[in-house]
Amino acid sequence: MTGPTAAAAAGPILAVRDLRVQISGRRGTVRAVDGVSLDVVRGEALGLVGESGSGKSMTLRAILGVLPPDARVTSGQILLDGADLVPLSQSALNRIRGPKIAMIFQEPMSALNPVMRVGHQIAEGPRVHLGYSRSKAAERALDLMRRVGIPDPERRFRAYPHEFSGGMRQRVMIAMALSCDPEIILCDEPTTALDVTIQDQILRLLARLCRESDVSLIFVTHDLPVVAQICQRVAVMYGGQIIEHGDTRDILLDPRHPYTLGLVRSAPDVEQVRESLVPIPGSPPSLVSPPPGCRFHPRCSFAEEDCRVMPTPLRLLPGGRSTACLHYERCAEALAAEQVTP
Amino acid sequence: MGRMTFVVHRILMLVPVAIGVTIIVFFMIHLIPGDPARTILGIHATPRAVAILHRQWGLNQPLVSQYWLFMDRLVHGNLGQSLFYGAPAASLILTRVPATLWLVGYAAVLAIVISVPLAMIAASRKDGIRDHLVRAIPLLGLGMPSFWLGILLIYALAINTHLFPVSGYGTGFGGHLHAMFLPALTVAIALAPVVIRSLRASMLNVLGAEYITTARAKGVPARRLFARHVLRNAVIPAVTVLGINIGFLIGGTVVIENVFAIPGIGQLMINSILQRDFPVVQGVTLVFGVLVVLVNLLADLSYAALDPRVRFDR
Ligand SMILES: Nc1ncnc2c1ncn2[C@@H]1O[C@H](COP(=O)(O)OP(=O)(O)OP(=O)(O)O)[C@@H](O)[C@H]1O
Ligand SMILES: [Mg+2]
Repeated sequence: MTGPTAAAAAGPILAVRDLRVQISGRRGTVRAVDGVSLDVVRGEALGLVGESGSGKSMTLRAILGVLPPDARVTSGQILLDGADLVPLSQSALNRIRGPKIAMIFQEPMSALNPVMRVGHQIAEGPRVHLGYSRSKAAERALDLMRRVGIPDPERRFRAYPHEFSGGMRQRVMIAMALSCDPEIILCDEPTTALDVTIQDQILRLLARLCRESDVSLIFVTHDLPVVAQICQRVAVMYGGQIIEHGDTRDILLDPRHPYTLGLVRSAPDVEQVRESLVPIPGSPPSLVSPPPGCRFHPRCSFAEEDCRVMPTPLRLLPGGRSTACLHYERCAEALAAEQVTP
Repeated sequence: MGRMTFVVHRILMLVPVAIGVTIIVFFMIHLIPGDPARTILGIHATPRAVAILHRQWGLNQPLVSQYWLFMDRLVHGNLGQSLFYGAPAASLILTRVPATLWLVGYAAVLAIVISVPLAMIAASRKDGIRDHLVRAIPLLGLGMPSFWLGILLIYALAINTHLFPVSGYGTGFGGHLHAMFLPALTVAIALAPVVIRSLRASMLNVLGAEYITTARAKGVPARRLFARHVLRNAVIPAVTVLGINIGFLIGGTVVIENVFAIPGIGQLMINSILQRDFPVVQGVTLVFGVLVVLVNLLADLSYAALDPRVRFDR
């Protein structure tokens, strides 16, 4: 794990500054990402959690420049090794995707080209970016297939995605992501579509590979235990914004935002489980016309008058963590109260 | 495994279709009022010849045994004697099949050459001006009768500019390529709108697919993305559409062959109908039926070759 001092010394390899993504749709403009900032340090895994529709995927897609046709980055910066990616053209971005940033998607079946041999899909990156010959790229692909634990790679090289199981397909995706030695891999719920035992294998694989090759991860998931397993830091998203951020243990065991508290309470088994699972009442905010003030206030049991009107930017707390909650002490009080009544 | 089974099943499924075609062709003669033997032998036949044919074809026996005898002649390549040319109908037809196949194949290739770039332009920006143009202009081709379009092309490119011959089949590969360009283009223009539509729709579909995002996320350059990822997936549904429509166009070649005086079976068909040369009409009908079936088989086999996922589902 990278300690805070080492992190500060190295500087972030990826820094997102006040990123905004808007999607123009029939019912108005969706502010899918609304002022997100985050840093990723070399070798570190940053978790990005939040309910469905909170803008996690859009954040990753914006970083990589693969937004859907109706969506665009309206402001902000995406600094990779200090250089901003936002103004770059698609062809300039093509030189960065693969060798610098790679991505792993949730559904390995639909994310793999159904009519292209698996080996060729893995070899494509090295062909395009590293200028490898056909045979050298194939060698590279076989090597990667071995590294991600695909048995009998010589034979599997010529197979098509539909001939693989879900777990094997996700290994293929991982091999593809690693194929040009990127500095950072964006993982969009890479294990959600898999069953539990396979999930665990894939997570261990990812964690090992990152350790071995010093790759950083942004790891999007709904699954708090997964975050606890592989991420050193975590950012919690709500309604297109990051509302809490800090070291994984701090955030999951001692949240300072009522939404995070709700997430933790509604999750089945983070260490030191609370007795009852409590779902968060209400539904996610509209991203077309979000509520004023704190976006969570309509669902928050701690909400007060100021939450309805005051803007709630992230505020730095002691211990290097930050929260957007105006009354974050209430979370600590609530947790303390819970722990006395067994 | 799965794919071989698919191919074998597709070929086996041709058997009932082929039998169906022969049954229809067999019944043609019985749809014409009067004595079938008279129809086949022509009005000048002697009573003796009519009697012999009655015995040979079992015309006084039940239909089932008549069909059996018909099939027996068919597998021996005997389609009867042409009344007009006085030669065996089978060999007459066979010498004219290549010209028709040339026309159909050439037209299919031209249709693809026309359709792929246009579909690409249309799909590159959905609902843009170019998309609307690409979708609207080919409809003119669809709305115009082929013979009229053929005549316009002859006028513009053959009579006025002498770029292409007015008619004929040409000799040798290059000769065919040159002489058949206008007729093939005429057929291709009729075929293109349907192919463009289907390709455009499947390209839009593929462009929205997640594996295209994956490829973009890999940094695959636009050109390669299109060739390796988009086109390859988009042609799969279009192949079936093309196959079905070439089937229809094989019937359409009858008109085009007459406009351009191409010695194919379509032209033979018209001549034989005018001459009341029944055995030849019957034989050409059979060949058309077989061609349509074979083109569809070819489309299915290309589909199987292009899509590794095909399996035979019953
Ligand atoms: N193609 C689209 N058109 C319009 N709105 C969209 C589109 N895709 C996503 N959105 C909206 O953008 C917002 C953010 O979506 P995003 O996919 O980033 O959420 P997410 O956090 O990844 O959710 P999930 O956990 O379900 O994957 C959502 O409110 C969603 O409704
Ligand atoms: Mg998502």
